[in-house]
Amino acid sequence: MPRLSVLAIRASLLYLAAGFTLGALILWNKGAALDPGLWRWLTVHREMLLLGWMAQLAMGVAYWILPRFSQGPPRGMAPLACLAIASLNAGILLTVSSIVGAPGTAIAAGRALELFAAIAFAVHAWPRVRAFGA
Amino acid sequence: MPTLTRWMIRASLLWLAAGVLLQLGLSLRWPSPPWLSALSPFAIHIFTLGWLTQLIFGMVYWMFPKASLERPRGSPSLGWIAFVGLNAGLVLRGFGEAGLVPAPSGTWGWALPLAATLHWIAGMAFIANTWGRVRER
Repeated sequence: MPRLSVLAIRASLLYLAAGFTLGALILWNKGAALDPGLWRWLTVHREMLLLGWMAQLAMGVAYWILPRFSQGPPRGMAPLACLAIASLNAGILLTVSSIVGAPGTAIAAGRALELFAAIAFAVHAWPRVRAFGA
Repeated sequence: MPTLTRWMIRASLLWLAAGVLLQLGLSLRWPSPPWLSALSPFAIHIFTLGWLTQLIFGMVYWMFPKASLERPRGSPSLGWIAFVGLNAGLVLRGFGEAGLVPAPSGTWGWALPLAATLHWIAGMAFIANTWGRVRER
């Protein structure tokens, strides 16, 4: 498994741990009231699990297992994939900072970084999606 | 394919079917009982937890690099704890969400905290078993 995949998959497992913990607290609070303020964490829970866990795991695994090139760098534009993973994580952290009262511009910047991550990863992966021997 | 992976993938397919069925029930415009409309958050979690997350858990258990020659997939016990926790937690959550409607602090009040605990244990068991298998060759 390449180093970038190790980093992305381990980061996705950390988001899974954080997202499940928040989700468990929110669900617990629904059945037996702990703290009404816990509901505020719902968007963070969603962001961590949908982007931090699922999307990042998919990117990490795709970088590892998509067909490699026989000439040139085996995984193509690796720096672009690195940039995508870095932007995704920076974007998630900026977006979830809304919970501690970050300004709307920080959230917008976070979303822009997530968009950049999606585009950069797609540009990296596109030429690797091909038939065997092609 | 390991036994645990087969159970996880089959369970995820059942949850997918259950999720679509529940969404159908929620979308029909007949006078539905109040407990049915209370299942909207549960319907989302059927897809995200029961279907997607469980499918990922099963595939990762099967396809990720081997932990060691003796125990290629790490600890099967942790894998089964993740499977039971995820599915038992989801079933309990369904009853708990529906049960909150007639009696917000009644008989089913305990079900949601217990479901939350089971989900959390399932997630941590999966992470504990997977972490060591994510490494450079």
